[in-house]
Amino acid sequence: MTIPQEHHLQAVFPTPFHARTAAANTLNVWHRWRDYTVADAYFDVSLEYTALRNACTVFDLSPMTKHLITGPDALSFMNRLVTRDVAKLKPGRVGYTVWCDDEGQVVDDGTIFHLREGVYRLCSQERQLDWLHASGLGFEVAIQEDTHDVAALALQGPTSCAVLKRLGLAGIETLTPFGIRSFAFEGGELTVSRTGFTGDLGYELWIDPELALMLWDRLFDVGAPVGIKPMGTHALEMSRIEAGFIQAGVDFLPADRAIRAGRTRSPFELDLAWLVDFGKSHFTGRRALLAEQARGSRYRLVKLDVEGNKPARDAYIYDRRRKNVGVVTSSMWSPAAKSNIALASVEMPYGAPGGELWAEIYYQKELKWSRFMARCTVVEGPFYSPARRRATPAADF
Amino acid sequence: MNRHDVIVIGAGHNGLTTAAFLAKAGLKVLVLERKPWIGGAAVSRELHPGWIYSNCSYVCSLLRPEIYRGLDLARHGLQIAPYGGGVTFTRDGDFIGGYADKDVRRREYARHNERDADAYLRYSRDTMRQTRFIRTLLMRTPPDPTSLRWRDLRELAHLGREFARLGETTMGDTIRFYSMSIADYLNEYFESDLVKAHHAGSGIIGTALGVHSPGTAYVLLHHYMGDVDGQVGSWGFARGGMGAVSNAIAGALRSAGGEIRADAPVARIIVRGGETKGVVLQNGDEIYADTVISSLDPKRTFLKLLDAGDVGADIVRKAREFKIRGSSGKLNIALDGLPSFPALGHGNPLVAGDMHFLDTLARFERAYDDWKAGTWSKDPYLDLLIPSLTDPTMAPPGKHFMSVFVQYVPRQVEGRDWTDADRAAFRETVFEQISRYSPDFRSLVLHAEVRTPQELENEVGLTEGNIFQGELTFDQLFFNRPFPGYAQYRGPVRGMYLCGSATHPGGGVMAAPGANAAREILRDLRRPSTVPEGWSDD
Repeated sequence: MTIPQEHHLQAVFPTPFHARTAAANTLNVWHRWRDYTVADAYFDVSLEYTALRNACTVFDLSPMTKHLITGPDALSFMNRLVTRDVAKLKPGRVGYTVWCDDEGQVVDDGTIFHLREGVYRLCSQERQLDWLHASGLGFEVAIQEDTHDVAALALQGPTSCAVLKRLGLAGIETLTPFGIRSFAFEGGELTVSRTGFTGDLGYELWIDPELALMLWDRLFDVGAPVGIKPMGTHALEMSRIEAGFIQAGVDFLPADRAIRAGRTRSPFELDLAWLVDFGKSHFTGRRALLAEQARGSRYRLVKLDVEGNKPARDAYIYDRRRKNVGVVTSSMWSPAAKSNIALASVEMPYGAPGGELWAEIYYQKELKWSRFMARCTVVEGPFYSPARRRATPAADF
Repeated sequence: MNRHDVIVIGAGHNGLTTAAFLAKAGLKVLVLERKPWIGGAAVSRELHPGWIYSNCSYVCSLLRPEIYRGLDLARHGLQIAPYGGGVTFTRDGDFIGGYADKDVRRREYARHNERDADAYLRYSRDTMRQTRFIRTLLMRTPPDPTSLRWRDLRELAHLGREFARLGETTMGDTIRFYSMSIADYLNEYFESDLVKAHHAGSGIIGTALGVHSPGTAYVLLHHYMGDVDGQVGSWGFARGGMGAVSNAIAGALRSAGGEIRADAPVARIIVRGGETKGVVLQNGDEIYADTVISSLDPKRTFLKLLDAGDVGADIVRKAREFKIRGSSGKLNIALDGLPSFPALGHGNPLVAGDMHFLDTLARFERAYDDWKAGTWSKDPYLDLLIPSLTDPTMAPPGKHFMSVFVQYVPRQVEGRDWTDADRAAFRETVFEQISRYSPDFRSLVLHAEVRTPQELENEVGLTEGNIFQGELTFDQLFFNRPFPGYAQYRGPVRGMYLCGSATHPGGGVMAAPGANAAREILRDLRRPSTVPEGWSDD
């Protein structure tokens, strides 16, 4: 993308879908997602959330940072960069991953799309170009940020597959979770991946920005009978906590942004040990992570089932003897799981699965503040994970 | 009555700060100022009718918020208006803008170098790590590393603790950082020479070193370690010019019962029996006080105000060796209207930011070469601002005040004092550089004041015209500022103290040296401290 000298006159960009998202945003509430404006909500946060879990919703994720990684050393570069073994990721597959600095602290998390043999797309939460280039020294690899060249929508929810079938994407129901498939669309190419940030059946749609509005219109045309709705970031945030997904800057501090020592986390400390593959070749942070494995971690990310119905927002976590051992990073009342849920970072050895912790919860009703200690149970796995999320062929609802 | 508890020599911002905190402690304080006006180098002067010039220091960020609050400076009229951003123009008609908005800034860097746009985040992070460390030391008295006194050991332990808290990586980086050049530091982050040049100025402002000289990376911190209302590293204008800072501190001093006498140059500090007894003014008047504090630099204080016979040879030698080379000049300009900067295009907010015109590190180094050869830079580094775009009190409506800081400018031109012809030629050099980027600038000039290190020395009293009252190199920092053994604000004679920028934590309109000195003096006088403790960033 060539950037004009006068770019400052428009500090924030409209996404390729802006003409439609603006028309749909009856609440006119927006926030900035890096270079772009995105909708917080369109008509009602809880109805948008309900549409996601009950029918399907469209979320504009065009601003997500994307990189295209190519070249003869693309695979060995990726394997040096991230903690999991990218050689196991076949073309047409997507993998969730993290990458670390030399101290084994998580720089960011994201998804690797193995688009074609030796061609990878890396989606990240944070800006990564400087880190990727530094990691690319010594490799014959081309790294290019193409955030602005790809428009993207997340189509998520039980009727999402039905919408794509009605759109004419033949055989889409056979696409397995984390699979990628491409289809001809209006003279261009529509890439569909069975991925998402909601923990539900869902797809992410990747397309040339020129065709963005056309895609939006067609989705809403064919989707209307099965309840398609636009969804903003507030409802997305609810669904990602229910799915137990972590967010950079919320549940962990990206290592390359940390000013104070000791504020970052390793993959082990984020409950992501399953992403670390010591069996593969060397990767950045490997030595530190091996040492951590031998020595033990400092922290643990836990999923909490919190007693009562008051969200444990920013709550301190205590052990049974009232020693402060951690803090809640994300929390909510979960409409789908019908439970009061939270993600928290606690010091080791506290927070073993099945164990008990206490959250100090402050809440107010009509401006009267109250405080109480809520018993929390450490649970494993996502808070909400419907069978349809994994079922192949995907069902129509 | 010619007897006071305390005499402070010099009504600059540090002298006034020390005086104000001492007056708040109930002491009878007198400040003596050589000039008819107060403020030292934090001064506003109407040198062209209707225009207010911040004719020395010109922007504010470092002023410690603890002091701002502790002396109630807001109530005494001080208001800081932050300004956003800065720009470096290129010779081919383009520019790089450090926009205040972080996404716009990133996109602007990406316009020149995509990777540098992200590298800027790493650069900011690492610089902020250094900044955070030094900020913990600003409102503290440096420990004497050779002393076994309980207080020094405690301060050394504090220093060690803060250092250890940096973590292994940053500890290593810190040791490298303090000895690096700004060019080496920038090379570790950026590819684009333009991006480097845009950031290099902060390493050499006021410093008689080049961008490749070791030690210049540290100077950068003196442009990052301040904050405006918690926005660390951001800069603003004192409403009404930098004199507003001094006037507000003076207001705090007077409301605590202190007295300022202007037009009262001190000739000498009276010492009897190894103790200070007061001062003699140049008119022969004697004023008595058991505590005498000099806000002047150590050369003026130890070599001029004190008799060599009253102090040991060692301190005289150290004062003579103290490095205080002048390297900066300034033009203060009244403008008939707003000059245009065509490269910026229409509606660019950067016109209200700081502007610079050196687009490569090589040009910076050549600018330094000229200074070494004994002349002003023929292609100088300018830090140009138009404060009247932000502060309407600086010039009549529609007119503007332009402040142009110039690096490098020597104290003497090829070994002799500045002549009017030199000053005119120097002014022409600066005008020519500005005109290359602003074709209508020259036609708008109504008046221009030229200030070389010679004026800074003679008018403001900064020896050799060094704006920091002594260079900010590692050999003259922290427990070595101004020199070993004298870093705790106490002079060589009982009852005599230093409180200027030549003491820790150094130059810039920070007022921390003045506050720290007051704390030590109150301690010696066994009075409860009125000086606030430093605030934590954590």
